[in-house]
Amino acid sequence: MHNKSVAELSRELESGKMSSVELTQQFLDRLKSEDGKYNSFITVSDEQALAEARAADEMRAAGKATVWTGVPFAHKDIFCTSGVRTSCGSKMLDNFVPPYDATVTAKFKQAGAVCLGKTNMDEFAMGSSNESSFYGPVTNPWGLANGDKRVPGGSSGGSAAAVAARLVPAATGTDTGGSIRQPAALCGITGLKPTYGRVSRYGMIAFASSLDQGGPMARTAEDAALMLNVMAGHDPKDSTCIDRDVPDYTATLNEPLKGLKIGLPKEYFSDQLSPAMEEQVRNAIREYEKLGATVKEVSLPNAKLAIAAYYVIAPAEASANLSRFDGARYGYRCEQPKDLMDMYTRTRAEGFGNEVKRRILVGTYALSAGYFDAYYLKAQKVRRLIQQDFINAFKEVDILMSPVTPSPAFIQGEKTTDPVSMYLEDVFTIAINLAGIPAMSVPAGFVDGLPVGLQMIGDYFSEARLLNAAHQFQQVTDWHQREPK
Amino acid sequence: MSISRADIEKVAVLARIKVDSEQVSALEKDLGNILDLVDQLSAADTDSVEPMAHPLDAVQKLRPDVVSETSQREAFQAIAPATEDGLYLVPRVIE
Repeated sequence: MHNKSVAELSRELESGKMSSVELTQQFLDRLKSEDGKYNSFITVSDEQALAEARAADEMRAAGKATVWTGVPFAHKDIFCTSGVRTSCGSKMLDNFVPPYDATVTAKFKQAGAVCLGKTNMDEFAMGSSNESSFYGPVTNPWGLANGDKRVPGGSSGGSAAAVAARLVPAATGTDTGGSIRQPAALCGITGLKPTYGRVSRYGMIAFASSLDQGGPMARTAEDAALMLNVMAGHDPKDSTCIDRDVPDYTATLNEPLKGLKIGLPKEYFSDQLSPAMEEQVRNAIREYEKLGATVKEVSLPNAKLAIAAYYVIAPAEASANLSRFDGARYGYRCEQPKDLMDMYTRTRAEGFGNEVKRRILVGTYALSAGYFDAYYLKAQKVRRLIQQDFINAFKEVDILMSPVTPSPAFIQGEKTTDPVSMYLEDVFTIAINLAGIPAMSVPAGFVDGLPVGLQMIGDYFSEARLLNAAHQFQQVTDWHQREPK
Repeated sequence: MSISRADIEKVAVLARIKVDSEQVSALEKDLGNILDLVDQLSAADTDSVEPMAHPLDAVQKLRPDVVSETSQREAFQAIAPATEDGLYLVPRVIE
C-alpha cells in the first residue's frame, strides 16, 4: 500500500476495498517502525490522524467524498495546525500549539485528507540541508544502503525524505530560495513551487514574505496536481495572495507536448555543474525532443547576481518577521529575566539557532541606518533586472529547463562550517523566487546511485503547463518510480 | 566588505539578540563572508531601475472596515508564557 500514489490510494478508498481508518493505521505503523532511520518527522499526530480518518470514512458514507477524502499525507512543520504542535524546526516554538489552522491546513481538512504529522525542516526554513533543525538532521533515504548519511536537502528536507522513503505519498513544502525543489531533487521526488501569490501564506510561518510560497511534494506530477488543486486559490487572509481562477491542474496533464518550445539558460549549464549531472539533465531534455519539443539556448545575464540579491532581501525580511519572537505572548521565554531587555535578548539568543541568528543579524545590518540604500534598495533593483531576464526569455520559449542543483546529495556535515558554501547550493533555484515565477523539480536520472533533478521553469501562472510537461515525461521515464533500497 | 566587532555588537542590540565575545569573533568571519558575497551587487548597473517589491506589482487589497473576527483571548493566552487577569505578564518596565 505504501508504494501507491495519492491517485491510486484514492481509487482504493473509492472502491471500498479498505477504509481510511485501516489505511491510516497502516501508514502510522510503517511511519513508526521506519522513521528512526530518517528522522523525517518532528511530530506524529496519531490521535488526530485517526479522528480525521474516521471523519473521512463518514464523509464517504454520506456521499460527500473528494479525491483526497481519507488519503494520508503530511505537512511541513511550518504550516500551523490547530491543536498540533507547530515548531518550524526551532526551539523557539518547541512548545507552540497553534490555536488556529493555516489556510492550506484548513483546505486539506475540508477535502477530507488525513494528516499523519509534521515533517522536519531547517529552522525557520533557513537552510539547504535540513541540518539546522532543532530536532536534528534528516537523513536522505538514498545512499543509506552504502552506509552513507547524506542530506535530503532543505529546507523541506523532512517532507522530501518522507515521500521518498514511502512513509507518506505526499507532503506540503515551502520554497523561499529552492526549499521545495532542491530537496525534491536530492531525494528523487517531484516538487513544485507555484507562482508567488498562488497559494495562501496565512498561517505559514513567515521567513521572507516577498519570496515564500507553499507548494506540493509528491512522487508523481499527477499527485502534485492533485495537491495544488487543494492548495491554490485566493485567500482574503493573505493580502499578497492573487485573486485569480484556479484551473483543474489534472485536466491538462495529458495534453501532447508537440511544438513545446524549451529554452536552456546558458548560465545554468556553467562550470559549477558537474559533468555527470549535466549528462543526466541533457538526456532528460532529449526525451522532451522525442516528445515533439524544440530546444534552443537562451540567456539570463543577471542570474549570476541572484544569490547576492537574495542574501540581502531574505535576511532583511526575516529580521523583520522574526522580531515577533519576543518571549511575551507565545513560544520560548528564557528563565528568570531580570528586565524586559534581558528577556528579549536572552530569549532570542537561547531560542534561535546559529543560522537563524546569522540571518537576522545580516538582515538587521542591511536595514540599519546608512546601509538601507546600498543593500536592500540595491537588491530590490537587481531583483527587477533578474525578473526582466525571465520576461524576455518567455517571449521566445514556453518553458526553461536546467539542473536543480550543481551536484547530488552531499554527506551530512560537509558544508555546515561554511555558510556561504551552503548558500551556493541554491545557485540554480534562487532567481526563480526573486522573479516570483513557478518552477518544478522532476526526477531525471542518477549519478553514483543518487537522484538528479530536472528543473522546469515557467512563466507566471503556468503551473498547469509545467505539470503537463512533467506528467508527459513521467509517462516515458521511470526515474520517479525508483525506490531507495 | 568586512564588518567590525563594534558593528556586530551594535546590530546585535538592534536585533535584540545577546551575543558573547566568543560569538562575536565567529560572527565577524561568517558575516564578513556573507557581506563579501552580497558585495557583487555593487557591480550591477541599476541607475534607471525601479526597485521591485512584489513580483506582480500587486497593490494592497482593502477589505470593508467591519468587525470580522471574534475575540479568542482565552485560546491565545492559553499558550502564553505568563498571564494575569487577561493580560500578558512581562518583567516590570516602569519603576
